[in-house]
Amino acid sequence: MDKSPRDPSSIIYPAFTIALLLMCWEVLTRTGAAPPYALPSPRDVLMEVIDRWPALLTNALSTTVVIVVGFALSVVLGIALAVLISSSRAFEKSIYPLLVGSQAIPKLALAPLFVVWFGFGLLPKSLMTFFIAVFPVVISTVQGIASVEPELEFLARSMGLGQYRTFRMIRLYRALPSIFAGLKVAITLAVVGAVVSEFVGSDEGLGTLLLRAIGAVNTPLLFAALLVLTVLAVLLFALIELVERVAIPWHVSQRSR
Amino acid sequence: MSPKPEPDHVSARGPTSSGPGCPDAANFIDIRNVRKVYSSRGGSVEALAGVSLQVRRGEFVSLLGPSGCGKSTLLMIIGGLIPATAGEVRVAGTPIRDAQTDVGIVFQDPVLLDWRSSLDNVMIQIEARRLDRNVYLPRARELLASVGLGGFEDKHPFELSGGMRQRVSICRALVHRPRLLLMDEPFGALDALTRDQMNFDLQRIWLQDPVTVLLVTHSISEAVFLSDRIVVMSPRPGLVDTIVEIDLPRPRGLDMQESPAFSGYVHDIKHRFALRGVIRG
Repeated sequence: MDKSPRDPSSIIYPAFTIALLLMCWEVLTRTGAAPPYALPSPRDVLMEVIDRWPALLTNALSTTVVIVVGFALSVVLGIALAVLISSSRAFEKSIYPLLVGSQAIPKLALAPLFVVWFGFGLLPKSLMTFFIAVFPVVISTVQGIASVEPELEFLARSMGLGQYRTFRMIRLYRALPSIFAGLKVAITLAVVGAVVSEFVGSDEGLGTLLLRAIGAVNTPLLFAALLVLTVLAVLLFALIELVERVAIPWHVSQRSR
Repeated sequence: MSPKPEPDHVSARGPTSSGPGCPDAANFIDIRNVRKVYSSRGGSVEALAGVSLQVRRGEFVSLLGPSGCGKSTLLMIIGGLIPATAGEVRVAGTPIRDAQTDVGIVFQDPVLLDWRSSLDNVMIQIEARRLDRNVYLPRARELLASVGLGGFEDKHPFELSGGMRQRVSICRALVHRPRLLLMDEPFGALDALTRDQMNFDLQRIWLQDPVTVLLVTHSISEAVFLSDRIVVMSPRPGLVDTIVEIDLPRPRGLDMQESPAFSGYVHDIKHRFALRGVIRG
Protein backbone atom coordinates (compact mmCIF):
# COMPACT_ATOMS: atom_id res chain seq x y z
CA MET A 1 0.00 0.00 0.00
CA ASP A 2 1.42 3.31 -1.06
CA LYS A 3 1.99 5.61 1.88
CA SER A 4 3.73 8.94 1.72
CA PRO A 5 6.61 9.28 4.20
CA ARG A 6 5.53 11.00 7.40
CA ASP A 7 5.56 14.64 6.46
CA PRO A 8 7.70 16.62 8.98
CA SER A 9 5.45 19.63 8.52
CA SER A 10 2.63 17.77 10.27
CA ILE A 11 4.69 17.95 13.46
CA ILE A 12 6.41 21.28 12.89
CA TYR A 13 3.26 23.27 12.15
CA PRO A 14 1.29 22.41 15.29
CA ALA A 15 4.45 22.53 17.43
CA PHE A 16 5.16 26.01 16.14
CA THR A 17 1.57 27.14 16.71
CA ILE A 18 1.59 25.79 20.24
CA ALA A 19 4.92 27.48 20.96
CA LEU A 20 3.49 30.75 19.68
CA LEU A 21 0.40 30.42 21.86
CA LEU A 22 2.56 29.60 24.87
CA MET A 23 4.62 32.73 24.28
CA CYS A 24 1.50 34.89 24.12
CA TRP A 25 0.22 33.24 27.27
CA GLU A 26 3.52 33.89 29.06
CA VAL A 27 3.49 37.53 27.98
CA LEU A 28 -0.07 37.99 29.18
CA THR A 29 0.75 36.73 32.66
CA ARG A 30 4.13 38.52 32.90
CA THR A 31 2.71 41.92 32.02
CA GLY A 32 0.00 41.45 34.60
CA ALA A 33 -2.75 41.88 32.04
CA ALA A 34 -4.41 38.82 33.53
CA PRO A 35 -4.48 38.24 37.32
CA PRO A 36 -2.81 35.02 38.55
CA TYR A 37 -6.00 33.54 39.97
CA ALA A 38 -7.67 33.85 36.58
CA LEU A 39 -4.75 32.89 34.36
CA PRO A 40 -1.69 31.28 35.91
CA SER A 41 1.54 31.49 33.96
CA PRO A 42 2.63 28.51 31.86
CA ARG A 43 5.49 28.05 34.28
CA ASP A 44 3.15 27.78 37.27
CA VAL A 45 1.03 25.22 35.46
CA LEU A 46 4.09 23.21 34.55
CA MET A 47 5.29 23.28 38.17
CA GLU A 48 1.88 22.10 39.27
CA VAL A 49 1.96 19.24 36.80
CA ILE A 50 5.38 18.15 38.02
CA ASP A 51 4.45 18.48 41.70
CA ARG A 52 1.14 16.72 41.41
CA TRP A 53 2.27 14.13 38.92
CA PRO A 54 1.31 10.98 40.89
CA ALA A 55 -2.19 12.28 41.65
CA LEU A 56 -2.70 13.42 38.09
CA LEU A 57 -1.59 10.07 36.75
CA THR A 58 -3.81 8.02 39.07
CA ASN A 59 -6.84 10.13 38.29
CA ALA A 60 -6.07 10.11 34.59
CA LEU A 61 -5.94 6.32 34.65
CA SER A 62 -9.26 6.16 36.44
CA THR A 63 -10.87 8.42 33.84
CA THR A 64 -9.26 6.45 31.04
CA VAL A 65 -10.86 3.26 32.29
CA VAL A 66 -14.27 4.96 32.28
CA ILE A 67 -13.67 6.30 28.76
CA VAL A 68 -12.53 2.98 27.38
CA VAL A 69 -15.37 0.98 28.92
CA GLY A 70 -17.99 3.50 27.86
CA PHE A 71 -16.51 3.76 24.38
CA ALA A 72 -16.29 0.00 23.94
CA LEU A 73 -19.95 -0.29 24.94
CA SER A 74 -20.96 2.40 22.50
CA VAL A 75 -19.06 0.71 19.66
CA VAL A 76 -20.47 -2.77 20.25
CA LEU A 77 -24.03 -1.76 21.03
CA GLY A 78 -24.02 1.15 18.60
CA ILE A 79 -23.00 -0.98 15.63
CA ALA A 80 -25.42 -3.73 16.68
CA LEU A 81 -28.22 -1.19 16.87
CA ALA A 82 -27.28 0.22 13.49
CA VAL A 83 -27.32 -3.23 11.89
CA LEU A 84 -30.79 -3.84 13.31
CA ILE A 85 -32.03 -0.48 12.08
CA SER A 86 -30.61 -1.19 8.63
CA SER A 87 -32.13 -4.62 8.28
CA SER A 88 -35.66 -4.00 9.51
CA ARG A 89 -37.94 -1.20 8.42
CA ALA A 90 -40.18 -1.82 11.42
CA PHE A 91 -37.28 -1.59 13.81
CA GLU A 92 -36.00 1.55 12.12
CA LYS A 93 -39.34 3.29 12.42
CA SER A 94 -39.79 2.30 16.07
CA ILE A 95 -36.32 3.04 17.37
CA TYR A 96 -34.98 5.95 15.34
CA PRO A 97 -37.21 8.73 16.71
CA LEU A 98 -36.58 7.49 20.26
CA LEU A 99 -32.85 7.49 19.66
CA VAL A 100 -32.81 10.99 18.26
CA GLY A 101 -35.09 12.26 21.02
CA SER A 102 -32.86 10.79 23.70
CA GLN A 103 -29.97 12.87 22.41
CA ALA A 104 -31.80 16.06 23.17
CA ILE A 105 -31.74 15.30 26.89
CA PRO A 106 -28.83 17.16 28.51
CA LYS A 107 -26.60 14.44 29.86
CA LEU A 108 -25.63 16.50 32.87
CA ALA A 109 -29.27 16.28 33.95
CA LEU A 110 -29.17 12.51 33.60
CA ALA A 111 -26.00 12.09 35.65
CA PRO A 112 -27.59 12.53 39.12
CA LEU A 113 -30.35 10.15 38.06
CA PHE A 114 -27.76 7.52 37.22
CA VAL A 115 -26.23 7.98 40.66
CA VAL A 116 -29.62 7.40 42.24
CA TRP A 117 -30.15 4.27 40.13
CA PHE A 118 -26.68 2.77 40.18
CA GLY A 119 -24.84 4.49 42.97
CA PHE A 120 -21.22 5.46 42.67
CA GLY A 121 -18.57 3.58 40.76
CA LEU A 122 -17.69 2.45 37.29
CA LEU A 123 -21.19 1.39 36.16
CA PRO A 124 -23.02 4.74 36.19
CA LYS A 125 -19.98 6.56 34.83
CA SER A 126 -19.45 4.23 31.90
CA LEU A 127 -23.19 4.23 31.19
CA MET A 128 -23.14 8.00 30.98
CA THR A 129 -20.15 7.83 28.67
CA PHE A 130 -21.91 5.21 26.59
CA PHE A 131 -25.04 7.33 26.22
CA ILE A 132 -23.10 10.31 24.98
CA ALA A 133 -20.83 8.40 22.63
CA VAL A 134 -23.29 5.95 21.08
CA PHE A 135 -25.21 8.33 18.85
CA PRO A 136 -22.49 9.17 16.29
CA VAL A 137 -21.60 5.48 16.08
CA VAL A 138 -25.18 4.51 15.23
CA ILE A 139 -25.73 7.30 12.73
CA SER A 140 -22.46 6.84 10.88
CA THR A 141 -22.87 3.07 10.74
CA VAL A 142 -26.42 3.27 9.41
CA GLN A 143 -25.25 5.74 6.80
CA GLY A 144 -22.34 3.53 5.82
CA ILE A 145 -24.48 0.43 5.44
CA ALA A 146 -27.06 2.26 3.37
CA SER A 147 -24.48 3.73 1.01
CA VAL A 148 -24.42 0.86 -1.40
CA GLU A 149 -25.27 1.82 -4.94
CA PRO A 150 -27.98 -0.13 -6.82
CA GLU A 151 -25.50 -1.71 -9.23
CA LEU A 152 -23.64 -3.29 -6.36
CA GLU A 153 -26.87 -4.70 -5.00
CA PHE A 154 -27.75 -6.06 -8.44
CA LEU A 155 -24.30 -7.61 -8.66
CA ALA A 156 -24.67 -9.25 -5.26
CA ARG A 157 -28.06 -10.70 -6.19
CA SER A 158 -26.82 -11.97 -9.54
CA MET A 159 -24.01 -13.77 -7.71
CA GLY A 160 -26.60 -15.49 -5.56
CA LEU A 161 -25.70 -13.69 -2.33
CA GLY A 162 -28.42 -13.55 0.30
CA GLN A 163 -28.95 -10.73 2.77
CA TYR A 164 -26.49 -11.96 5.38
CA ARG A 165 -23.64 -12.76 3.01
CA THR A 166 -24.13 -9.52 1.10
CA PHE A 167 -23.73 -7.78 4.44
CA ARG A 168 -20.70 -9.76 5.54
CA MET A 169 -18.83 -9.67 2.25
CA ILE A 170 -19.77 -6.26 0.92
CA ARG A 171 -21.84 -3.88 3.03
CA LEU A 172 -19.74 -4.16 6.16
CA TYR A 173 -16.51 -3.25 4.39
CA ARG A 174 -18.27 -0.50 2.50
CA ALA A 175 -19.47 0.91 5.80
CA LEU A 176 -16.07 0.91 7.54
CA PRO A 177 -14.88 4.37 6.44
CA SER A 178 -18.16 5.83 7.63
CA ILE A 179 -18.00 3.88 10.88
CA PHE A 180 -14.52 5.16 11.61
CA ALA A 181 -15.65 8.72 11.07
CA GLY A 182 -18.31 8.07 13.69
CA LEU A 183 -15.78 6.45 16.03
CA LYS A 184 -13.54 9.48 15.89
CA VAL A 185 -16.39 11.73 16.95
CA ALA A 186 -17.48 9.19 19.55
CA ILE A 187 -14.11 8.96 21.27
CA THR A 188 -13.94 12.71 21.82
CA LEU A 189 -17.49 12.66 23.13
CA ALA A 190 -16.58 9.73 25.37
CA VAL A 191 -13.89 11.85 26.99
CA VAL A 192 -16.42 14.57 27.68
CA GLY A 193 -18.95 12.04 28.88
CA ALA A 194 -16.51 10.46 31.32
CA VAL A 195 -15.54 13.81 32.81
CA VAL A 196 -19.17 14.89 33.14
CA SER A 197 -20.06 11.66 34.88
CA GLU A 198 -17.23 12.25 37.32
CA PHE A 199 -18.59 15.68 38.20
CA VAL A 200 -21.62 14.07 39.75
CA GLY A 201 -21.00 10.54 40.82
CA SER A 202 -17.37 9.99 41.63
CA ASP A 203 -14.57 10.36 44.14
CA GLU A 204 -11.76 9.85 41.68
CA GLY A 205 -10.81 10.79 38.15
CA LEU A 206 -9.84 13.93 36.31
CA GLY A 207 -13.39 15.25 36.48
CA THR A 208 -13.40 15.02 40.25
CA LEU A 209 -10.00 16.68 40.36
CA LEU A 210 -11.29 19.51 38.20
CA LEU A 211 -14.21 20.03 40.53
CA ARG A 212 -11.94 20.15 43.59
CA ALA A 213 -9.61 22.61 41.88
CA ILE A 214 -12.56 24.87 41.03
CA GLY A 215 -13.88 24.63 44.55
CA ALA A 216 -10.52 25.57 46.05
CA VAL A 217 -9.91 28.23 43.39
CA ASN A 218 -6.69 26.38 42.66
CA THR A 219 -6.33 27.62 39.11
CA PRO A 220 -2.90 26.11 38.43
CA LEU A 221 -4.27 22.69 39.39
CA LEU A 222 -7.32 23.31 37.22
CA PHE A 223 -5.11 24.06 34.25
CA ALA A 224 -2.87 21.13 35.01
CA ALA A 225 -5.84 18.76 35.05
CA LEU A 226 -7.17 20.27 31.83
CA LEU A 227 -3.77 19.85 30.22
CA VAL A 228 -3.64 16.18 31.12
CA LEU A 229 -7.21 15.75 29.89
CA THR A 230 -6.38 17.36 26.56
CA VAL A 231 -3.33 15.17 26.07
CA LEU A 232 -5.43 12.13 26.91
CA ALA A 233 -8.10 13.06 24.37
CA VAL A 234 -5.53 13.66 21.64
CA LEU A 235 -3.79 10.35 22.35
CA LEU A 236 -7.04 8.40 22.23
CA PHE A 237 -8.07 10.10 19.00
CA ALA A 238 -4.68 9.31 17.48
CA LEU A 239 -5.13 5.70 18.53
CA ILE A 240 -8.41 5.48 16.65
CA GLU A 241 -6.75 7.01 13.61
CA LEU A 242 -4.00 4.42 13.84
CA VAL A 243 -6.52 1.59 13.95
CA GLU A 244 -8.27 3.18 10.99
CA ARG A 245 -5.02 3.26 9.02
CA VAL A 246 -4.53 -0.42 9.60
CA ALA A 247 -8.16 -1.37 9.01
CA ILE A 248 -8.94 0.53 5.83
CA PRO A 249 -5.69 1.28 4.03
CA TRP A 250 -7.54 0.98 0.72
CA HIS A 251 -9.86 3.91 1.31
CA VAL A 252 -9.33 7.18 -0.50
CA SER A 253 -9.10 9.06 2.81
CA GLN A 254 -6.03 7.08 3.82
CA ARG A 255 -3.91 7.75 0.79
CA SER A 256 -1.32 10.48 0.53
CA ARG A 257 -3.00 13.84 0.74
CA MET B 1 -55.23 -6.70 -25.90
CA SER B 2 -54.07 -4.53 -28.82
CA PRO B 3 -51.87 -6.30 -31.39
CA LYS B 4 -48.21 -5.66 -30.76
CA PRO B 5 -46.30 -4.03 -33.63
CA GLU B 6 -44.33 -6.66 -35.56
CA PRO B 7 -40.64 -5.93 -35.78
CA ASP B 8 -39.55 -5.95 -39.40
CA HIS B 9 -36.43 -7.95 -40.24
CA VAL B 10 -33.88 -6.34 -42.53
CA SER B 11 -32.63 -9.73 -43.60
CA ALA B 12 -34.18 -12.98 -42.57
CA ARG B 13 -31.97 -15.88 -41.57
CA GLY B 14 -34.78 -18.34 -41.41
CA PRO B 15 -37.82 -18.72 -39.22
CA THR B 16 -37.28 -18.43 -35.50
CA SER B 17 -39.85 -20.70 -33.97
CA SER B 18 -41.47 -19.84 -30.72
CA GLY B 19 -43.82 -22.74 -30.32
CA PRO B 20 -43.59 -25.45 -27.67
CA GLY B 21 -41.63 -27.92 -29.76
CA CYS B 22 -38.73 -25.57 -30.54
CA PRO B 23 -35.12 -26.60 -29.93
CA ASP B 24 -33.66 -25.06 -26.78
CA ALA B 25 -30.82 -23.38 -28.65
CA ALA B 26 -33.05 -21.26 -30.85
CA ASN B 27 -35.17 -20.05 -28.01
CA PHE B 28 -32.59 -19.75 -25.31
CA ILE B 29 -34.05 -16.45 -24.23
CA ASP B 30 -37.70 -15.99 -25.00
CA ILE B 31 -39.12 -12.56 -24.28
CA ARG B 32 -42.86 -12.33 -24.73
CA ASN B 33 -44.66 -9.03 -24.76
CA VAL B 34 -42.80 -7.57 -21.83
CA ARG B 35 -44.15 -4.33 -20.46
CA LYS B 36 -42.71 -2.16 -17.73
CA VAL B 37 -44.58 0.71 -16.21
CA TYR B 38 -43.11 2.90 -13.51
CA SER B 39 -45.67 4.69 -11.42
CA SER B 40 -44.94 7.69 -9.29
CA ARG B 41 -46.87 10.57 -7.80
CA GLY B 42 -46.59 12.44 -11.06
CA GLY B 43 -48.23 9.69 -13.03
CA SER B 44 -47.00 6.58 -14.74
CA VAL B 45 -44.20 6.16 -17.26
CA GLU B 46 -44.28 3.31 -19.72
CA ALA B 47 -40.64 2.32 -20.05
CA LEU B 48 -41.37 -0.75 -22.18
CA ALA B 49 -44.55 -1.08 -24.18
CA GLY B 50 -44.64 -4.71 -25.18
CA VAL B 51 -41.32 -6.10 -26.33
CA SER B 52 -40.94 -9.54 -27.84
CA LEU B 53 -37.68 -11.12 -28.82
CA GLN B 54 -35.99 -14.49 -29.11
CA VAL B 55 -32.29 -14.95 -28.63
CA ARG B 56 -30.38 -18.02 -29.74
CA ARG B 57 -27.83 -19.72 -27.56
CA GLY B 58 -24.34 -18.39 -28.20
CA GLU B 59 -25.65 -15.34 -30.02
CA PHE B 60 -24.26 -11.86 -29.52
CA VAL B 61 -27.20 -9.49 -29.48
CA SER B 62 -27.07 -5.75 -28.96
CA LEU B 63 -29.92 -3.62 -27.69
CA LEU B 64 -29.35 -0.33 -29.43
CA GLY B 65 -31.21 2.88 -28.92
CA PRO B 66 -31.21 6.38 -27.45
CA SER B 67 -31.65 7.00 -23.75
CA GLY B 68 -35.16 6.43 -22.51
CA CYS B 69 -35.92 3.60 -24.91
CA GLY B 70 -35.95 1.07 -22.11
CA LYS B 71 -32.99 -1.00 -23.18
CA SER B 72 -31.38 -1.06 -19.73
CA THR B 73 -34.75 -1.81 -18.17
CA LEU B 74 -35.18 -4.74 -20.53
CA LEU B 75 -31.74 -6.04 -19.63
CA MET B 76 -32.47 -5.87 -15.90
CA ILE B 77 -35.78 -7.66 -16.45
CA ILE B 78 -34.02 -10.44 -18.37
CA GLY B 79 -31.57 -10.71 -15.49
CA GLY B 80 -34.44 -11.07 -13.07
CA LEU B 81 -33.34 -7.99 -11.16
CA ILE B 82 -36.40 -5.88 -11.97
CA PRO B 83 -39.85 -7.40 -12.27
CA ALA B 84 -41.81 -6.87 -15.47
CA THR B 85 -45.24 -5.29 -15.18
CA ALA B 86 -46.62 -7.67 -17.77
CA GLY B 87 -45.36 -10.33 -20.12
CA GLU B 88 -42.97 -13.18 -19.61
CA VAL B 89 -39.31 -13.97 -19.99
CA ARG B 90 -38.10 -17.53 -20.30
CA VAL B 91 -34.49 -18.59 -20.16
CA ALA B 92 -33.86 -22.11 -21.45
CA GLY B 93 -37.58 -22.78 -21.24
CA THR B 94 -37.98 -21.77 -17.60
CA PRO B 95 -39.85 -18.58 -16.76
CA ILE B 96 -37.73 -16.33 -14.59
CA ARG B 97 -39.05 -15.46 -11.19
CA ASP B 98 -36.16 -13.92 -9.31
CA ALA B 99 -32.57 -12.79 -9.88
CA GLN B 100 -30.90 -15.01 -12.44
CA THR B 101 -27.68 -16.38 -11.05
CA ASP B 102 -26.30 -18.22 -14.08
CA VAL B 103 -25.26 -14.87 -15.48
CA GLY B 104 -22.37 -12.48 -15.51
CA ILE B 105 -23.17 -8.79 -15.34
CA VAL B 106 -21.11 -5.79 -16.38
CA PHE B 107 -22.36 -2.30 -15.67
CA GLN B 108 -21.17 1.05 -16.92
CA ASP B 109 -19.62 1.51 -13.49
CA PRO B 110 -17.15 -1.34 -12.92
CA VAL B 111 -18.44 -1.64 -9.32
CA LEU B 112 -15.26 -3.17 -8.01
CA LEU B 113 -14.70 -3.70 -4.29
CA ASP B 114 -12.07 -1.21 -3.16
CA TRP B 115 -10.66 -3.42 -0.45
CA ARG B 116 -9.88 -6.33 -2.73
CA SER B 117 -7.11 -6.75 -5.27
CA SER B 118 -7.95 -7.30 -8.95
CA LEU B 119 -7.59 -11.05 -8.57
CA ASP B 120 -9.74 -11.10 -5.44
CA ASN B 121 -12.31 -8.96 -7.17
CA VAL B 122 -12.58 -11.54 -9.93
CA MET B 123 -12.60 -14.36 -7.38
CA ILE B 124 -15.49 -12.92 -5.40
CA GLN B 125 -17.70 -14.42 -8.08
CA ILE B 126 -16.32 -17.82 -7.05
CA GLU B 127 -16.47 -17.18 -3.32
CA ALA B 128 -20.02 -15.93 -3.51
CA ARG B 129 -21.10 -19.12 -5.25
CA ARG B 130 -19.04 -21.30 -2.89
CA LEU B 131 -17.23 -22.90 -5.79
CA ASP B 132 -13.84 -24.51 -5.48
CA ARG B 133 -11.26 -21.76 -5.33
CA ASN B 134 -8.48 -24.01 -6.56
CA VAL B 135 -10.39 -24.93 -9.69
CA TYR B 136 -11.17 -21.35 -10.70
CA LEU B 137 -8.05 -19.50 -9.57
CA PRO B 138 -6.06 -20.46 -12.68
CA ARG B 139 -8.98 -19.40 -14.85
CA ALA B 140 -9.18 -16.05 -13.08
CA ARG B 141 -5.46 -15.51 -13.64
CA GLU B 142 -5.81 -16.57 -17.26
CA LEU B 143 -8.71 -14.17 -17.88
CA LEU B 144 -6.84 -11.26 -16.33
CA ALA B 145 -3.77 -12.09 -18.41
CA SER B 146 -5.85 -12.31 -21.58
CA VAL B 147 -7.02 -8.73 -21.12
CA GLY B 148 -3.52 -7.49 -20.45
CA LEU B 149 -3.76 -7.31 -16.67
CA GLY B 150 -1.33 -10.13 -15.97
CA GLY B 151 0.99 -8.04 -13.82
CA PHE B 152 -1.83 -6.26 -12.04
CA GLU B 153 -3.36 -9.10 -10.03
CA ASP B 154 -2.37 -7.59 -6.70
CA LYS B 155 -3.29 -4.04 -7.56
CA HIS B 156 -6.29 -2.47 -5.93
CA PRO B 157 -8.96 -0.60 -7.92
CA PHE B 158 -7.64 2.80 -6.97
CA GLU B 159 -4.37 1.87 -8.63
CA LEU B 160 -6.06 1.08 -11.93
CA SER B 161 -7.37 3.27 -14.71
CA GLY B 162 -11.03 3.27 -15.72
CA GLY B 163 -10.40 0.96 -18.65
CA MET B 164 -8.45 -1.46 -16.49
CA ARG B 165 -11.18 -1.55 -13.87
CA GLN B 166 -13.75 -2.35 -16.50
CA ARG B 167 -11.56 -5.18 -17.75
CA VAL B 168 -11.46 -6.62 -14.23
CA SER B 169 -15.23 -6.29 -14.15
CA ILE B 170 -15.52 -8.26 -17.39
CA CYS B 171 -13.22 -10.99 -16.08
CA ARG B 172 -15.35 -11.20 -12.96
CA ALA B 173 -18.44 -11.63 -15.13
CA LEU B 174 -16.92 -14.53 -17.05
CA VAL B 175 -14.82 -16.47 -14.54
CA HIS B 176 -17.61 -18.79 -13.46
CA ARG B 177 -18.52 -19.70 -17.06
CA PRO B 178 -22.09 -18.34 -17.02
CA ARG B 179 -24.45 -19.22 -19.83
CA LEU B 180 -25.45 -15.58 -20.25
CA LEU B 181 -23.54 -12.32 -20.19
CA LEU B 182 -25.44 -9.11 -19.61
CA MET B 183 -23.68 -5.87 -20.34
CA ASP B 184 -25.23 -2.46 -19.68
CA GLU B 185 -23.30 0.19 -21.61
CA PRO B 186 -20.04 -1.28 -20.35
CA PHE B 187 -17.83 1.15 -22.23
CA GLY B 188 -19.97 4.24 -21.86
CA ALA B 189 -17.76 5.85 -19.25
CA LEU B 190 -14.53 5.36 -21.18
CA ASP B 191 -12.82 7.64 -23.65
CA ALA B 192 -13.29 6.91 -27.34
CA LEU B 193 -9.87 5.34 -27.90
CA THR B 194 -10.10 3.04 -24.89
CA ARG B 195 -13.61 2.18 -25.97
CA ASP B 196 -12.41 1.08 -29.41
CA GLN B 197 -9.73 -1.05 -27.80
CA MET B 198 -12.21 -2.61 -25.41
CA ASN B 199 -14.42 -3.58 -28.36
CA PHE B 200 -11.53 -5.55 -29.80
CA ASP B 201 -10.71 -7.08 -26.43
CA LEU B 202 -14.29 -8.11 -25.83
CA GLN B 203 -14.53 -9.75 -29.24
CA ARG B 204 -11.34 -11.65 -28.58
CA ILE B 205 -12.43 -12.94 -25.18
CA TRP B 206 -15.86 -13.80 -26.47
CA LEU B 207 -14.51 -15.77 -29.44
CA GLN B 208 -12.48 -17.93 -27.05
CA ASP B 209 -15.67 -19.01 -25.30
CA PRO B 210 -18.84 -17.78 -27.05
CA VAL B 211 -21.36 -17.28 -24.29
CA THR B 212 -24.76 -15.75 -25.10
CA VAL B 213 -24.38 -11.99 -24.80
CA LEU B 214 -26.88 -9.19 -24.45
CA LEU B 215 -25.19 -5.84 -24.82
CA VAL B 216 -26.91 -2.54 -24.21
CA THR B 217 -25.29 0.30 -26.10
CA HIS B 218 -26.01 3.59 -27.75
CA SER B 219 -23.09 3.33 -30.12
CA ILE B 220 -24.14 2.13 -33.58
CA SER B 221 -20.62 1.22 -34.68
CA GLU B 222 -20.00 -0.71 -31.48
CA ALA B 223 -23.18 -2.70 -32.01
CA VAL B 224 -22.35 -3.45 -35.65
CA PHE B 225 -18.80 -4.45 -34.77
CA LEU B 226 -19.70 -6.88 -32.02
CA SER B 227 -23.12 -8.34 -32.78
CA ASP B 228 -24.81 -11.12 -34.66
CA ARG B 229 -28.05 -9.20 -34.45
CA ILE B 230 -28.95 -5.70 -33.38
CA VAL B 231 -32.29 -4.96 -31.77
CA VAL B 232 -32.93 -1.36 -32.65
CA MET B 233 -35.24 0.21 -30.11
CA SER B 234 -37.26 3.38 -30.15
CA PRO B 235 -38.10 5.47 -27.13
CA ARG B 236 -41.21 6.60 -25.35
CA PRO B 237 -42.63 4.10 -25.19
CA GLY B 238 -39.87 1.51 -25.42
CA LEU B 239 -40.50 -0.73 -28.40
CA VAL B 240 -38.53 -2.83 -30.80
CA ASP B 241 -38.23 -0.89 -34.01
CA THR B 242 -36.20 -3.25 -36.16
CA ILE B 243 -33.97 -6.25 -35.82
CA VAL B 244 -30.88 -6.06 -37.99
CA GLU B 245 -28.91 -9.17 -38.86
CA ILE B 246 -25.20 -8.47 -39.13
CA ASP B 247 -23.78 -10.75 -41.77
CA LEU B 248 -20.07 -10.07 -41.32
CA PRO B 249 -17.47 -12.78 -40.77
CA ARG B 250 -15.45 -12.98 -37.57
CA PRO B 251 -12.98 -12.05 -36.28
CA ARG B 252 -13.86 -8.54 -37.31
CA GLY B 253 -10.86 -6.28 -37.58
CA LEU B 254 -9.86 -2.68 -38.18
CA ASP B 255 -10.08 -3.07 -41.97
CA MET B 256 -13.60 -4.39 -41.70
CA GLN B 257 -14.61 -1.26 -39.87
CA GLU B 258 -13.69 0.68 -42.99
CA SER B 259 -15.45 -1.71 -45.37
CA PRO B 260 -18.55 -0.71 -47.34
CA ALA B 261 -20.56 -3.53 -45.79
CA PHE B 262 -19.87 -2.27 -42.29
CA SER B 263 -20.54 1.34 -43.18
CA GLY B 264 -23.69 0.21 -44.91
CA TYR B 265 -25.08 -1.26 -41.73
CA VAL B 266 -24.12 1.80 -39.70
CA HIS B 267 -25.67 4.07 -42.29
CA ASP B 268 -28.90 2.12 -42.48
CA ILE B 269 -29.38 2.22 -38.74
CA LYS B 270 -28.53 5.89 -38.52
CA HIS B 271 -31.01 6.55 -41.28
CA ARG B 272 -33.59 4.62 -39.34
CA PHE B 273 -32.98 6.73 -36.28
CA ALA B 274 -33.26 9.86 -38.38
CA LEU B 275 -36.58 8.64 -39.80
CA ARG B 276 -37.89 8.08 -36.30
CA GLY B 277 -36.73 11.47 -35.19
CA VAL B 278 -34.14 10.11 -32.80
CA ILE B 279 -31.44 11.96 -34.71
CA ARG B 280 -32.39 15.31 -36.09
CA GLY B 281 -29.87 16.78 -38.51
